[in-house]
Amino acid sequence: MSLSDFLQRAMSKWMRDGGPNDDIALTSRIRIARNITDVPFPMLQTDSHADAVIDRVRRALASPDVRRFGNFELVRCSELSALDRQVLVEKHLISKDLADEVKHGAVALRDDEVVNLMINEEDHIRIQCIMPGLRLEEAWQLANELDDALEKHIPYAFHDRYGYLTACPTNVGTGIRASVMMHLPGLVLSGQINRMLSAVSQVGLTVRGMYGEGSESAGNLFQVSNQVTLGETEEEIIGNLSSIVNQLMDHERAARRMLLQENREGLEDRVCRSFGILAYARKMDSKETLQRLSDVRLGIDLGIIKGVSAGILKELMVMTQPAFLQKYYNQELSPATRDSRRATLIRERLRLDDTEVQ
Amino acid sequence: MMCEECHARPATVHFTKIVGGEKSEYHLCEQCARDKGDVFAKAAQAFDFNHLLSGLLNMESSPGIAAPPPANLRCDVCGLTYHQFTQMGRFGCPHCYESFASRLEPLLRRIQSNGQHRGKVPLRAGEQVKKRKVLDRLRIELQQAIAAERFERAAELRDQIRSLEQEFEQ
Repeated sequence: MSLSDFLQRAMSKWMRDGGPNDDIALTSRIRIARNITDVPFPMLQTDSHADAVIDRVRRALASPDVRRFGNFELVRCSELSALDRQVLVEKHLISKDLADEVKHGAVALRDDEVVNLMINEEDHIRIQCIMPGLRLEEAWQLANELDDALEKHIPYAFHDRYGYLTACPTNVGTGIRASVMMHLPGLVLSGQINRMLSAVSQVGLTVRGMYGEGSESAGNLFQVSNQVTLGETEEEIIGNLSSIVNQLMDHERAARRMLLQENREGLEDRVCRSFGILAYARKMDSKETLQRLSDVRLGIDLGIIKGVSAGILKELMVMTQPAFLQKYYNQELSPATRDSRRATLIRERLRLDDTEVQ
Repeated sequence: MMCEECHARPATVHFTKIVGGEKSEYHLCEQCARDKGDVFAKAAQAFDFNHLLSGLLNMESSPGIAAPPPANLRCDVCGLTYHQFTQMGRFGCPHCYESFASRLEPLLRRIQSNGQHRGKVPLRAGEQVKKRKVLDRLRIELQQAIAAERFERAAELRDQIRSLEQEFEQ
């Protein structure tokens, strides 16, 4: 299979499509945690509890109320190979915890991969909706309607005062986690990022590296999400996050303009060096790959590099991860081999576009 | 020392794994350690979010929590003890919220800004919430009717309460 065929199949449609402001806000994600009343949370589940949860979700998915949301395929984690589970993690469709939950876990994926359910992860059900660009309201609307449809068939654990009951007290209340993945090279290069991030954390939001809790930021990618889930309405949570993301985007754009004005040569040198390395290197580790891709994407956004599609960052961010590489080359690869295959794949990918460097 | 997996990068992650009394040592670079997943996950776990949360739960001496929880405090549905909850930072079942209610307020004040849910209400539970409120009101009215010796009204109220209670049981 050619690389372009593989890309067509491997990338979710939403990953290829663009969205509003996706030069900086790459994706918007909504996650809602729900649990079934009278069933222990997954941590204390027996096999029969886990089966019962999966069965209830399966029946709900088969109902006309839910079927109008599209075709969901429900698969138990045990039916997927370790490599396929890892591919789902790299696509951000399931969490690493669910991939490891082989015995009780399951996932229900909609064909277009915009919305899916994680079953028996930390909570019984987690509805997830991912869209390109800054589209939090839209993603919330879809997740919310699907939640209503599921609720007709599944009795949710709910408390007058504490709201939706979740396994972890950090999710109780609305059970909603809204997040936006942001590419902020301008703020990083101009040394403003730490000031921005500490300001963000003071208004009840958290910022993490792109691979979730505890991970460092690689490739100037930051995930901004709400911290508090109890005491605010869903609309307030999303409105608050949107407004902060909009402000961060303004600051990022201003920082990029300033860098171009004050040190165009330095910026062009950085971008073109990174492009040269991606285009010619024979070994690339994941961390350097992300950093170089970030530089190139900045170069594309600022018109320094022409002819390379802006989607390349998103595409290669996914494609150059360990499981995808092994899927593409259709064999198990040691970390050292992966570094050389990763470099080869990036060179091939860059040749797909008719590049021109200014 | 070089990474024993890729032999290309310096080893920066060193740890010892003991399984069934058998000890193995690992010297890996950061990337190979991450690729090895399971091994690294255990090493990184000490710093992860759950541990931070259980650290918060264990701050019994700090202001806001008056007395240590009774040793036998446990959820009467799933059997999880409060002590286990503080270790794991996870509840065992939805009922734990009621079982540990006396300890929950200071915790929620720490990790959430406000203790009262204001968001969405599920349709089905929403109906129940309404019915429960009606039931509470009828019970108060019944007491008032008995105190005022309005026994006919009291009998009517009693019947309404019974039929609502039956609906709940169903």
